Amino acid sequence: MAEQQTPIPEADVVWMEEPEMGFWESTFLPAIFGGLRNSLRHVTDFHPVTQQYPEEKPDLPLHYRGVHRLNRDDQGRVKCVACMMCSTACPARCIDIVAEEAPKDDPLWTDRDKRPKSFVIDELKCIYCGMCEEACPVDSIELTSIYDLTGFTRAEMKFDKEKLLDVYDKTKDNPRDPIRTHRGILGPASAFATLPTVGPATQVPQGDKSANSPTSGVIGH
Amino acid sequence: MPTVYVNDQPVELGAGEKLNCIQAAQKAGVEIPHYCWHPSLSVVASCRMCLVEVGDKKPDGTVAMVPKVVPGCQTPVKDGTVIVTNSPKVKAAQAGTLEYLLLNHPLDCPVCDQAGECGLQDFSFKYGRAYSRLAEPKNQKVDKPHIGEQITLFTDRCIMCTRCVRFTREISGTAELQVVSRGSGEEIDIFPGNPCNNKLAGNVVDLCPVGALCSKDFLYEQRVWWLKGKNSVCAGCSTGCSIRVDQNKDVVYRLKPRSNPLAQGEFMCDEGRFGWKYIHSEHRLKFPMQKLPGGMSAVSWPQILPAVKQALAEAAQRAPDKLGVVLSPFMTVEEAYLLSKYVKSLSSGAKLWMTPPRVVGEDDQYPKDLHGNATLNPKFTIRAEKAPNRAGVEAVLKHFGGEIAPLDTALAQVANGAIEAIYLVGGDPEGWITPDQTKPLAKAKLVVVQDLLDSPALPQATFVLPGTSWAERDGTFVNHAGLAQAIHRGLRSPGDAWPDGRIAYELAGRSGMFHAVTIRQEIAGVIPSLAALIVGDLGDEGVFLKSNDEPAGQSPAAANGAVPVAGGSRS
Repeated sequence: MAEQQTPIPEADVVWMEEPEMGFWESTFLPAIFGGLRNSLRHVTDFHPVTQQYPEEKPDLPLHYRGVHRLNRDDQGRVKCVACMMCSTACPARCIDIVAEEAPKDDPLWTDRDKRPKSFVIDELKCIYCGMCEEACPVDSIELTSIYDLTGFTRAEMKFDKEKLLDVYDKTKDNPRDPIRTHRGILGPASAFATLPTVGPATQVPQGDKSANSPTSGVIGH
Repeated sequence: MPTVYVNDQPVELGAGEKLNCIQAAQKAGVEIPHYCWHPSLSVVASCRMCLVEVGDKKPDGTVAMVPKVVPGCQTPVKDGTVIVTNSPKVKAAQAGTLEYLLLNHPLDCPVCDQAGECGLQDFSFKYGRAYSRLAEPKNQKVDKPHIGEQITLFTDRCIMCTRCVRFTREISGTAELQVVSRGSGEEIDIFPGNPCNNKLAGNVVDLCPVGALCSKDFLYEQRVWWLKGKNSVCAGCSTGCSIRVDQNKDVVYRLKPRSNPLAQGEFMCDEGRFGWKYIHSEHRLKFPMQKLPGGMSAVSWPQILPAVKQALAEAAQRAPDKLGVVLSPFMTVEEAYLLSKYVKSLSSGAKLWMTPPRVVGEDDQYPKDLHGNATLNPKFTIRAEKAPNRAGVEAVLKHFGGEIAPLDTALAQVANGAIEAIYLVGGDPEGWITPDQTKPLAKAKLVVVQDLLDSPALPQATFVLPGTSWAERDGTFVNHAGLAQAIHRGLRSPGDAWPDGRIAYELAGRSGMFHAVTIRQEIAGVIPSLAALIVGDLGDEGVFLKSNDEPAGQSPAAANGAVPVAGGSRS
């Protein structure tokens, strides 16, 4: 037999033999009856887990990430300041923003420098990762619990500013879509006397090799 | 050699080199943060960001340190100067200065155009702290959009470095900007009714280390981290300012001057800075066109190239002396060379001309005095010759035996039948031919027009080859002083337009692809006056064709307000 070149040293390779089959095992009858028993158990189980969607709506977790919305501030203006942090953060490149100067002569906009002229999210390109929500410095863009998103054309699935504000108007009173913060002012860092400590995002179980390795993604010894 | 010690690292100074601590540290590769100091402006030492510890190394090896931190921009170095930039004392001074600068600075980075290239952001990250301890409300000042036609002032973002004020006093000499009020009421302002509209006003936006002065043209157009820059040379006039073309998705958003002591110094004029809009003009030629029996129609390059080649070859065979080419001072050296060589290979009797560049007024020199007249020591010049490469194309033309003549000379020869086939290269965005001038073209048997914009010559053309603007080409521009600088392709051309170099390359039937560096080296071997191009890669600053091209007694760099750098790449 030709010597096989493997990246694994010969000493680390353990050769194992298939276990021998006994008499009953080689008839396959125990396996067949075991399978039948399993099927019978399901047939006679009268507590199904199937949900009768759409008559019955699923109970989604609160952190479910669905269709986006653009929040309004307390004066009804779009909260977004067109900083384009969301489209910078977006890994799917689905957010397209055109900014404009806020009208100086409009008393409603005197305290704002910049606002979005157009704000379009391609809901078909979006991967619903929630990075835009994380990046937003003014808590304007948020993901709602709306999941049943349909349309007849691709163009219809490009949500513009008006449509996203409309999602806000429709979801703001839904207890499942709370407006998550009320800061709404630029530069929240200036409001802290001391910096808040940030806790670990997830719990790491003991013995998780990948989490404890010095280099992320590499499992150490 | 005088030696300076920067953080224990010895740095040797050149003979007669006069540096301050910031420049000496730069030589050692150490950054001393600074806001108000700028190499082309006077020293005021007002921002206090460059505080460092300095001392003096005595001949016996002992070091005597100055007991206090001193501003590095205002402290000249000499043999034995010791600079310390990383001691706890210096770090405390930097953090303290930044905290004061940020006291009233709004944290509106998300809506600020400077974010991403902001000195305050960068230095806060490196030397400052991440949050403010100010418990009082911030001092808010009113924005001043009326400060200039092209510039706007976000007053509350200003850190009072006064670079802009010094620029208008020292470089443009127009002195529109000033500091009004004192203490925490300090603001940059103009005299009522006298906005900052001089021809160099756009530079104050580049000089501003924070987002206080913004360009109205660029305001809220893009976030700067989306822009991809390519080094190039402004094609506005023969000064040849070194610039960077900032584009995103093949749309140019702004031009920024690069520092080049050999060319223009640190700045550029507004004419060049905002004069690139024709790149995205709706009149750009996007497809090759050919006059067919049914009229002008768009054809593809694989169809038109053999047709043009055949037509030119037939014309050269029919009447070798009746073939003419009109070059343009907007071409690069490589394009002029390739086209001239190709035409001369068809017929050695072919005639070559170059249209002289458009001249508008007189050279405009800065700084201006009180009455708006130029002063004795010009620091920046906007030249009257509104084309980037007159000198370069002229050198090629001389080699191939062509002459500089107005377009009418060539057209007169067409009119009297001395020229039957003519190849016209346009390129001037302001137009290079009038409808009246096109009349003689009707007599010509073959008219090839290569241009980037629609022009009156097109209806007379047998073939129209769509070229590109300078921002879409690779090549060499030679400025008024004989400085050859490389331009680089910054964006893709609209439609099916080809860079002019590629058109000439393909017409000449050369194999492979147009590569400016290779062609440049080929030219250097063929044309003695362009021998300096042999280096191929001209670098960021360019190469002088001849050292005696510089005007006697005054280097072109000094004429443009730059401090000549010792050991610059003169050849």
